[in-house]
Amino acid sequence: MTEKATPRSPIETGCPDGMQYLHPTYLKNYGMWKYHDRPRPGVLHHVAESGDEVWTVRVGTQRQLGPFELNLLCDIIDKYADGYVRFTIRSNMEISVTDESKVEPLIEALTDAGYPVGGTGNSVTMISHTQGWLHCDIPGTDASGVVKAMMDDLHDEFINETMPNRVHITTSCCQINCGGQGDIAINVQHTKPPKINHDLVANVCERPSVVARCPVAAIRPAMVNGKPSLEVDEKKCICCGACFPPCPPMQINDSEHTKLAIWVGGKNSNARSKPMFHKLVAAGIPNNPPRWPEANDIVKKILKVYKEDALEWERVGDWVERIGWPRFFELTELPFTKFHIDNWRGSRYTLNASAHVRF
Amino acid sequence: MADQKPKNPEKHSTYLPPMSEKKSSKPFHDTPMLDELESGPWPSFVTGLKRLAMDNDMMVDLLGQLEHSYKTRLGYWKGGTVSVFGYGGGIIPRFTELMDTDGKPMFPESKEFHTLRVQPPAGNHYTTDMLRQLSNSWNKYGSGLIAFHGQTGNIMFIGSTTDNTQHFFDEINEYGWDLGGAGPCVRTAMSCVGAARCEQSCANEQKIHRLLVNNFIDDMHRPALPYKFKFKVSGCPNDCMNSIQRADFAVIGTWRDDMKVDQGEVKAFVERKSRKYVIDNVVSRCPTNALSLNDDDTMTVDNRNCVRCMHCINVMTKALSPGDDKGVSILMGGKRTLKIGDTMGTVIVPFMKLETDEDYEQLQEMAEEVIDFWAENALEHERIGETIERIGLVNFLEGVGIEVDPNMINYPRTSSYVRMDTWDEEADKWNQRKAAG
Ligand code: HEM
Ligand code: SF4
Ligand code: SF4
Ligand code: SF4
Ligand code: SF4
Repeated sequence: MTEKATPRSPIETGCPDGMQYLHPTYLKNYGMWKYHDRPRPGVLHHVAESGDEVWTVRVGTQRQLGPFELNLLCDIIDKYADGYVRFTIRSNMEISVTDESKVEPLIEALTDAGYPVGGTGNSVTMISHTQGWLHCDIPGTDASGVVKAMMDDLHDEFINETMPNRVHITTSCCQINCGGQGDIAINVQHTKPPKINHDLVANVCERPSVVARCPVAAIRPAMVNGKPSLEVDEKKCICCGACFPPCPPMQINDSEHTKLAIWVGGKNSNARSKPMFHKLVAAGIPNNPPRWPEANDIVKKILKVYKEDALEWERVGDWVERIGWPRFFELTELPFTKFHIDNWRGSRYTLNASAHVRF
Repeated sequence: MADQKPKNPEKHSTYLPPMSEKKSSKPFHDTPMLDELESGPWPSFVTGLKRLAMDNDMMVDLLGQLEHSYKTRLGYWKGGTVSVFGYGGGIIPRFTELMDTDGKPMFPESKEFHTLRVQPPAGNHYTTDMLRQLSNSWNKYGSGLIAFHGQTGNIMFIGSTTDNTQHFFDEINEYGWDLGGAGPCVRTAMSCVGAARCEQSCANEQKIHRLLVNNFIDDMHRPALPYKFKFKVSGCPNDCMNSIQRADFAVIGTWRDDMKVDQGEVKAFVERKSRKYVIDNVVSRCPTNALSLNDDDTMTVDNRNCVRCMHCINVMTKALSPGDDKGVSILMGGKRTLKIGDTMGTVIVPFMKLETDEDYEQLQEMAEEVIDFWAENALEHERIGETIERIGLVNFLEGVGIEVDPNMINYPRTSSYVRMDTWDEEADKWNQRKAAG
């Protein structure tokens, strides 16, 4: 129908003006808020300098939303709240009302629709969620499935605030780790070098840039069966998968040898300690859909020990720093191996250069 | 809880219409593994996919391919090139790799399953009307499935054919939405809720976010930089946007005068929680020992030594708050593992006022300077943190015209292997800057 039409030129508006979508009370008190408190799990109460107040109900979602979910939630927001909503970085919805008496009916409506209210304060909030098999071209595992399986098990921790401090869990379905740092991170870890389809390399891959991509210089150009291809020094290869995105014939994913690893103690906030990276605690965990029970069990074990042993306001990373790594491995009953000792650049600074020893 | 019967099953996250209402023509594939993800208290994305599959064949086949991935533990998408007219990026093309023995797609209806990355407003605010409008447009041209939001911050409209990506973009672009970045370019930015609803905010995130990103809109839509470049804005050092770790250019609100203390509220807090609680959870947790609880239950803050970590303010939200002389700190170089290992962003600008138009212009110019320098000096596929690591912070600062500052380091060098024959000149620069105040 429109085949002959001249293509439409885009209007390059960039990021839209957010002010038009702010709840009117947010807009009126922009930059002039006074304090907040949390009347109950899942609810934030903010008071402005002007005396205006908003109650915000936080509700977990499955992140991938279709028209049914969006209309269901929007109907509730229109009926029980003020028609405005925002999303947190962890795919929770935040719905604000200016009338305290609307809070409980709103929570009830959301709960009745099967959506969990929580994720505030010292809870385990929604897991930050990547794409996985649903949509990425390089994943070693799924993302939505891992998140669903884990949030089913952590539902009580989401709707309550009984952890020492907030817990941010992340997952990543390749070692690129677009889920980022977490108090606990569950990430893919490959354990075998890429398998190369030499028939395709020359056509599909820009060989010099693939060679340049490898962090340990394990890739070199080679002629294989008379065709220009690439070769991997398997002794050097750290199985990171960095060559796979620019060169899909270097298949890194494997149904057996792609495993999961668990990392703890990542923290982005500057509160108390400076931001911290997460550190390896467990690996070799089977990539076991549809519910990944082995990874789930380790996460729950770490959370249980953290809940029992950490002081109030200690994030997982703060807690381990206080009790030390020997105690962490003792309490969680996870094995400590040679792989926990870093050998990457700058790793000397991760060694204990003191006589501080724990007993 | 979740296993209780819903009050109104048709208005519940577990609802699946009866098969008599199925509009899609293809029968469902068997999905025994995915089906296991339909039980449990968390809303199930699988049930969501099935509801969509009641209406369209693309989702019927998508479920088939996903189940296949669950069985074989392998992914089956490959990239390609798809873009909308006039732009070089913003769409993530996906073509199925699952072929039968004749080389035909096993799941043909979802053989093209592209994603559009669309920039949300700073802070991810919407009206329900706008969410419905976006959903309607996507229903018309795509699978109906939308991810709120991707880890970089985009609204991700998942699942469309090549033709329909253009139609969908044309439609939403008319009512104010634009694509985000993909590839080596300035990417979609992210900002916290901040000034809109958070008393801890020291910045106008909405303004900073749009100023920075929309100034580079050409770089976003036509990828031609060494690699990706991400801006993120957090209103205070709680850094809810994880900007230090995840952004090339992190803007974080802060203040330089004294924090505000409402002594009446301090006393009320001590009364409510006990002296022990305040000592154990506030005073002794201050990283620089800048707090002291007085005998009369008031609090003294050593503001010169407070590093604005936010902890005490987070605990005593009514009694303590940021000061009035607000501005931002800028850190650069955060990124995840590839290729040199993880890097946190580090301080490049310890403090900068953002009040007048000139202040904001200065921020904009600095961002331009930094991106220009990086574009000229980076190796291919090198994030700015890696460039700084490779050439050294001092060379980077000289390249972009920023003076050294002791706030940039944890401690001065410990190695004597350095040539310092211009010491006197450098010391002079410092003294002159100090004299100029
Ligand atoms: C080849 C295929 C890749 C695909 C399909 C892909 C896909 C994605 C997607 C969809 C997101 C979320 C984007 C959004 O919010 O719109 C993302 C985020 C991210 N990606 Fe990728 N990615 C790829 C390669 C890479 C590579 C090579 C790296 C790094 C070396 C990388 C690092 C990241 C990081 C760190 C984030 C999230 C960081 C943040 O918070 O901003 N990705 N990726
Ligand atoms: S973590 Fe890796 S596999 Fe998963 S979505 Fe991100 S880039 Fe893709
Ligand atoms: S998997 Fe990583 S280490 Fe191994 S060859 Fe590829 S890029 Fe190099
Ligand atoms: S970063 Fe600070 S200002 Fe922004 S939402 Fe978080 S606590 Fe509030
Ligand atoms: S903000 Fe942090 S550094 Fe400053 S006084 Fe409070 S606890 Fe101490």
